[in-house]
Amino acid sequence: MSEEEKQKMVNEQKPLMEVRNITKKFPGVVALDDVSVKFCPGEVHAVVGENGAGKSTLMKIMSGAYVPDKGEMFLEGEEVEFSHPVQAFEKGISIIYQEFNLLPERSVAQNIFLGREPTVLGVVDNRRMREMARNILADIGVEGAIPASKLVGDLSVAEQQQVEIAKAISLDAKILIMDEPTAALTINEVKMLDELISRLKERGIAIIFISHRLAEVFEISDKITVLKDGKLVGTVQTDEVTSEGIVSMMVGRILDHYFPPLGSLEDFGEVVLSVKNASNDFLKNINFELKKGEVLGVAGLQGSGRTELAQAIFGVVPFKTGSISLNGKDQLIKSPATAIKKQMGFVTEDRKSEGLCPQQPIRDNILLTVRSIQTMLTPISKDGIRRSPDLVPRLGEEVDIRTDSYDREVQFLSGGNQQKVILSKWLASEASVFLFDEPTRGIDVQAKASIHDMIRDLTKQGRAVLMISSELPEIIGMSDRILVMHDGSIAGELPPESSELDIMLLATGQNGNNGSIKSGAKGEN
Amino acid sequence: MTTTTANGRGLKKFFRSVSIPPVYYFLIVIFLGGGLLDLFYAGGQIFGNTAIMLNILVRSVALGIVAVGQTMVIVGGSIDLSVVFVISLTSVMSSYIMQGETSNVPKAILLVFLMGAGVGLVNGLIITKLKVNSFITTLGTSLIISGIINSTFSNWAGSVPRSFEFFGYATIGPVPFSVIILFLMIFAGWFVLSRTKFGAHLYGVGGNEEVARLSGLRTDRVLIIAHIICSLTAVLTGLFIVSRLRAGAPWVGPDGYYDLESIATTVVGGTLLAGGKGGVWGTLAGVLIFSILDTTFNQLGVNPYLSIVFRGLIIVLAVASYTIRSKKEAA
Repeated sequence: MSEEEKQKMVNEQKPLMEVRNITKKFPGVVALDDVSVKFCPGEVHAVVGENGAGKSTLMKIMSGAYVPDKGEMFLEGEEVEFSHPVQAFEKGISIIYQEFNLLPERSVAQNIFLGREPTVLGVVDNRRMREMARNILADIGVEGAIPASKLVGDLSVAEQQQVEIAKAISLDAKILIMDEPTAALTINEVKMLDELISRLKERGIAIIFISHRLAEVFEISDKITVLKDGKLVGTVQTDEVTSEGIVSMMVGRILDHYFPPLGSLEDFGEVVLSVKNASNDFLKNINFELKKGEVLGVAGLQGSGRTELAQAIFGVVPFKTGSISLNGKDQLIKSPATAIKKQMGFVTEDRKSEGLCPQQPIRDNILLTVRSIQTMLTPISKDGIRRSPDLVPRLGEEVDIRTDSYDREVQFLSGGNQQKVILSKWLASEASVFLFDEPTRGIDVQAKASIHDMIRDLTKQGRAVLMISSELPEIIGMSDRILVMHDGSIAGELPPESSELDIMLLATGQNGNNGSIKSGAKGEN
Repeated sequence: MTTTTANGRGLKKFFRSVSIPPVYYFLIVIFLGGGLLDLFYAGGQIFGNTAIMLNILVRSVALGIVAVGQTMVIVGGSIDLSVVFVISLTSVMSSYIMQGETSNVPKAILLVFLMGAGVGLVNGLIITKLKVNSFITTLGTSLIISGIINSTFSNWAGSVPRSFEFFGYATIGPVPFSVIILFLMIFAGWFVLSRTKFGAHLYGVGGNEEVARLSGLRTDRVLIIAHIICSLTAVLTGLFIVSRLRAGAPWVGPDGYYDLESIATTVVGGTLLAGGKGGVWGTLAGVLIFSILDTTFNQLGVNPYLSIVFRGLIIVLAVASYTIRSKKEAA
């Protein structure tokens, strides 16, 4: 015990990297405010915090992508300054972003040694390059799975991540920063990553990772640093804190504070959407019902088929078998156009590419759907349609879009305001069934609360909401019923205010009672 | 992994392992199709005639050389529309300086290569430093060169000496000298793209400029060099054309549609228009497909515009087939 503590003391004294009093401002926000953290060799250091807490900014400063306004950085005791990522990785700091920095059309070896190709008399020595790549892959223990000459685009996400790690190791990385490394991985792949991380740890590499998944943070980290609104809340030893402790440090308030009250029985009406035995390439045997006035939460890990479910209902990637009925009538929804005509609305996960035309003004974005269901030759009016010529200002006021003019291009709005524009777009087409996919991703806490209020208002007005979210507090705080997805099918249904544990058990497919819950859900139908 | 060369999958794997671009399927189809037409309508006189077969290759030289350069800039995620008037510029300037005198040849060649390098450098600098879209940049430089040479030279400018016609007409044994140059250029293009650091970096820049930058590549420099190389290949094509025609004129570039055809043969050859994937062997096949088409139709006496229709069809079909393939692979 005392030996271990001594070891800890040594680590405390000799950080591999230290940041001191880092401040970084962006127009309108202080992204980081006087943050100081020490990172020690052979340690897994998790950095957690809500969206906008400043985690990514800190990582970008450490890896040279941003230059801090104030503060110093020390690497092995020496002060360092980076004005370009290349300077950072030459010093042994590598970062792996969620979006991998790899060339899909080039081989594994070509990617690992991009910019550092071994040559003989100026000619690239491909054979040696492949050999070196194989050695590095063997070094981190993944050589069997990844042939050095394979195209990166043909690899799985987990394998691509391993290639990124191999690239970092080939650069003699002393510090490896990973941004949400497990977000796109399956459970087995996460396990493999854990093993890989512990091997890297043994070599004395400092691993810093950003994660939203607290369970994983606790599983693999040695230390946790919590950031909130750009400020350092604290750095703690993982084995000395509980998950609740970290959460309260992250949010600094009781979680359900900002959720509106759940619906009550008299709010719920008849079934408006019912899906029976529906399947497609991604989804297996989907059965559920959605009632008027309720928020049905859909939880599940990345890749469990959450988004695919919404896409199937909305006709983006339709079901191949089974049936969907709306208000008691069977419907064939083979395209979004049909879904919109049947009064469905889909607030997608990716606002910029699927929800909005960023370079067009607010008014045209709001009117996009309602215009799409008019005939081609209908003359368009500026602020609305013939039936309601003042649609844009009316909806804008209703959902409280903060802008000086509806002519403003939506790309200049905040995430929260953009989400309100999308919502108005569906209100304009008089949607009665709303599908939300990650409604509050990338939105600050205040705007989050107002989005949650709006979702609840929708149901109070008699609309039905299916809400997909990867944030369990959001699922628990908002849902009148919870569906949990696992591996393309519905693993079970849970009552409101179930615990995170119940949900996670179903989502990871580890629940022994799995079968009984499933049949229970069926019985209700 | 067992060897399953007997089935189609094994064959595909084989093609992939030696990296023969799929456009060669098209080339074979076009060749066989031409041969069949020949057999039915001309009794096999066309495809059985060595001179005509060699002529297919000679026809490929002008487009083939500049297409090597175009392939490089497209691999780098850029494009060059100015090649067409660099070819014209080369033809008029070289024949104007040569004035039929052998003693002027080295001077002329040196000058046109310098001018070509200059155009490539300007293109590259505007694209990388001013961040102007490559299509617009090279359209602009192309128009500028076009205006200058059309206002300075009305038609035939000067002439090339007999000695310089060597490039266009000489043969080594039965093989035309120009065809040897074409294959040397293709080989050089392949070597540069797949065996040099510059090539690897060009794929990086074209594949994802941010990835390239974060890997420490000097992305601007890579792209500028690619543009210089591309303009130099246009100069070489210009020299070949002027030696065939014996004099230069401002219209020789646009007359051959070298801008759009070099782009078309590159993408038919399997190079992604967005960059990062492809190579010169595919482009060679694209060029050969176009020449076989022209020669066959020409010899059979078919309306030449029909051959243009076929070109259009091939461009669309080839690129559509690559898109479908890549979608299948993704699924």
